[in-house]
Amino acid sequence: MRKPLIITLFLLLWTLPSVADLTIEINEGKDDPVPIAVVPFGWKAGVTLREDVASIVERDLHRSGLFEPLSRADMLSRPANANEVYYRDWKSLGVDYVVVGELSFGRDNNLVARYELLDVNTQRSILQGEESQSFDKVRFLAHTISDRIYEKLTNVRGAFRTQLLYVSAVREGDNRFRYRLLKSDIDGVGEEVLADSMEPILAPTWSPDGKNIAYVSFRTTRPAIYLHNLQTGQRKQLTNFRGLNGAPAFSPDGKQLAMVLSKDGSPDIYVMDLASQSLKKVTNHFAIDTEPAWAPDGKSIYFTSDRGGKPQIYRVELASGSVERVTFEGDYNARARILGDGLGLVMVHRVQGRFHIAVQDFKRNRVEILTSTDLDESPSVAPNGSMLLYSTTYNGKGVLAAVSVDGGVRYRLPSRFGDVREPAWSPFLYE
Amino acid sequence: MKYQSKLFLGVALAGALLTGCASNDTDSSGQTSDMNTYSEPTQSMESDVSAYEAQEPEVVLENIFYFEFDQATLTAEARRNLDAQIARLQKTTGPIRLEGHADERGTREYNMALGERRANSVADYMAINGIARYRIETVSYGEERPIAFGQSESAYSKNRRVELK
Repeated sequence: MRKPLIITLFLLLWTLPSVADLTIEINEGKDDPVPIAVVPFGWKAGVTLREDVASIVERDLHRSGLFEPLSRADMLSRPANANEVYYRDWKSLGVDYVVVGELSFGRDNNLVARYELLDVNTQRSILQGEESQSFDKVRFLAHTISDRIYEKLTNVRGAFRTQLLYVSAVREGDNRFRYRLLKSDIDGVGEEVLADSMEPILAPTWSPDGKNIAYVSFRTTRPAIYLHNLQTGQRKQLTNFRGLNGAPAFSPDGKQLAMVLSKDGSPDIYVMDLASQSLKKVTNHFAIDTEPAWAPDGKSIYFTSDRGGKPQIYRVELASGSVERVTFEGDYNARARILGDGLGLVMVHRVQGRFHIAVQDFKRNRVEILTSTDLDESPSVAPNGSMLLYSTTYNGKGVLAAVSVDGGVRYRLPSRFGDVREPAWSPFLYE
Repeated sequence: MKYQSKLFLGVALAGALLTGCASNDTDSSGQTSDMNTYSEPTQSMESDVSAYEAQEPEVVLENIFYFEFDQATLTAEARRNLDAQIARLQKTTGPIRLEGHADERGTREYNMALGERRANSVADYMAINGIARYRIETVSYGEERPIAFGQSESAYSKNRRVELK
């Protein structure tokens, strides 16, 4: 009797949800999401967790836009394992899949979750799993289960255990802002301040292994590119050139950093070898060349240039230096990010004076507009290619939003204070 | 009598217009006065300035120069304001910092480049008119430091600017 009480207190302390800056509102879902029931997990030891594992899984699946979770109030029973499931009941509720699970103590006072995914139509268990984590990682454990279920049902790797970098600006005084570089889990929880300054911070980006980030800070009253090791917290200033020092982008192998510098007069694309810090100039034009984005094979770099009069996306081949124009539709196409399969790009695209996020596939070169808001910026694609995050303006405030690459699913991640922008979706961080 | 009252009305109107203009001016200079720190460090320079201003009292020194949408070329008004500043700066020797800005439309990094282009076009104009290039530093803040807020053309036009510091 005594032990559970102590453990309960311990759990309460460890699992108090951290204050999230972002909360999620789903604005628009897919037309035919798969109905699924995530039943509250049973608990063997008789204590309750502050974090509701099933509810985290449910929200993850919902946010992907591909699933419509059944409300708990509509559940006729709350089975904790497959033996307790009456398929007829779930079928009558119109549910295709049921997730059941049970939590218990494991070795070293770890939390163990055993779960099953059941197909209501075939009345079979199609996935059984067991995950174990320390009690301070309950959310992580839940996201792991979400990843497994998502992968089983869609054949696409789940991205619920990824993270998000973004910048917030809070007005302090008339024309002063306080800028913060923030990192959180992809659902907005567990926010952490990585940098805090009264001078602008911008352009955060992930290294391909997720261990380092690069960003631009004006903390010296001039822009400079910084490399920040997330494991050691060590920060290193990489550039200090006259003029622009901006738009860092790691090469796919993580060994090089593309950037824009204007030290020779006009902004051009450069590539820095991170080991030697030697610089190579990649483009050379009197126009604006900026916003480099690597092709997945690392052999070419896409960038924005106004060499044709208006900003358009171009591609430079690194070996030959040859440049070709990539976008032709519209008079403002900028800040490309290449889809993971290399088959297309997302960008900021202006139509009738409004800025939207658009996708262009390389085969047919067709441009499809994904967003209907205005002042949309900074698209960042999920590592599994399913969704992208971007920033937009809502009620006069900078907010982050997400849209599926097919345009069918949209949600907003409104901030509690200040303007938030420049989301950067991490690569996969865990197996 | 009638004529007189009309005249009076005319004068009053002109006066109202003038105060209207004047208050506009103080509005915009009030916004920047706290940033107008370059003249503080050297005392001798200040006396030069006041001497200069005493000769031509109508010149109001403006240290924000505005630009058209997606443009980095100086407008006639910006050039007029710059000429007055250049006349003053020619009598000084200190460093000059030009901060370029853009409105929020378009991408951040492109706007960063646009802000630099604007700062450079002011720097070039200064250099052509006899200000030593080594004195001038340009920094672009892109759209990161707006001075007017909201999604309106009037806010945007105030943010497309170069500030002399």
